[in-house]
Amino acid sequence: MRMDLIQPFINSADAVLAQGLQSPVSIETLSMEEEAYRRKGIAAEVYLTGEIEGRVIFDVDLEAAVQLASRLGGVEVSETDDDLVREAVCELANQIIGNAVTTLNDQGFHFHVRPPTQHTSEQGSKSSEDTEAMVMGFNTSSGNVFMNVALRYHRRRALERSAVAG
Amino acid sequence: MEKFAPVKRSEDGQPVRYLIVDDSVFARKNLARMVETFGGQVIGEAGDGVSAISEYARLMPDIVLMDITMPQMEGIEAAEKIVRDHPNARIVMVSSVGYQENIVAALQRGARHFVQKPVKPEVLYEVIKYVMRDDGTTARGAGAGV
Repeated sequence: MRMDLIQPFINSADAVLAQGLQSPVSIETLSMEEEAYRRKGIAAEVYLTGEIEGRVIFDVDLEAAVQLASRLGGVEVSETDDDLVREAVCELANQIIGNAVTTLNDQGFHFHVRPPTQHTSEQGSKSSEDTEAMVMGFNTSSGNVFMNVALRYHRRRALERSAVAG
Repeated sequence: MEKFAPVKRSEDGQPVRYLIVDDSVFARKNLARMVETFGGQVIGEAGDGVSAISEYARLMPDIVLMDITMPQMEGIEAAEKIVRDHPNARIVMVSSVGYQENIVAALQRGARHFVQKPVKPEVLYEVIKYVMRDDGTTARGAGAGV
């Protein structure tokens, strides 16, 4: 997978989580995923379409998700506030992925981002021949956060776009 | 949360009235909490662009805080339709997707300003004061502000 597509996601997760939690964040693991993704906690999924196509799963340990929802929402949230915790994870995914998409678009990749949806199935789709997935694990003061990024770069669409542009 | 000098409408000294549009309930709650610290009043919420248009016409808020990426109708299209019917509408786009092309499109279609998520209260506060300047609005009193 092209690292220039991945790096903005790492930077964005680092920045958004650190700002939201007001504490440092470190990346603990970075690996290629060959098997189907196994959900670890509360997860949200965002699809991208255009010159870059694929999906990003943002996944947070339950305990960490509850803490994140409390800190970001400014109110005490418990595990029983299921909807609020899921909403918080979706919004965090939206912010992290949106900021990464902003960087990539400003670098000249043109694509569109769909609104986040809750990822409730136990497994995500497997990597395919042309879509590799990379999994990154972040350590935060609230617990572990994971991001599974499976993207494909459409050279043909980029060429078509430049041809139209003249 | 930081204390801000309340921003009031110049015409009657009443709180600025907000419509908050975002498909995330969590994001709407956060924005509502933030504008309340600016002395504002949230008079309505919507979760997509279509509802935003009808809620705007019904409530006539002073400011709309509008997300971009939403189901049914996205924020930029909704902003364009609101401004077409209500040329004085003050719409501030609030989105995590803040690339240049998107910002330019939003401003060309009638949005007054753009704030990128995650929203910093001090940034939104300055934007609200700026957008309300045609109302003659200023922050009242000697608050902390920024």
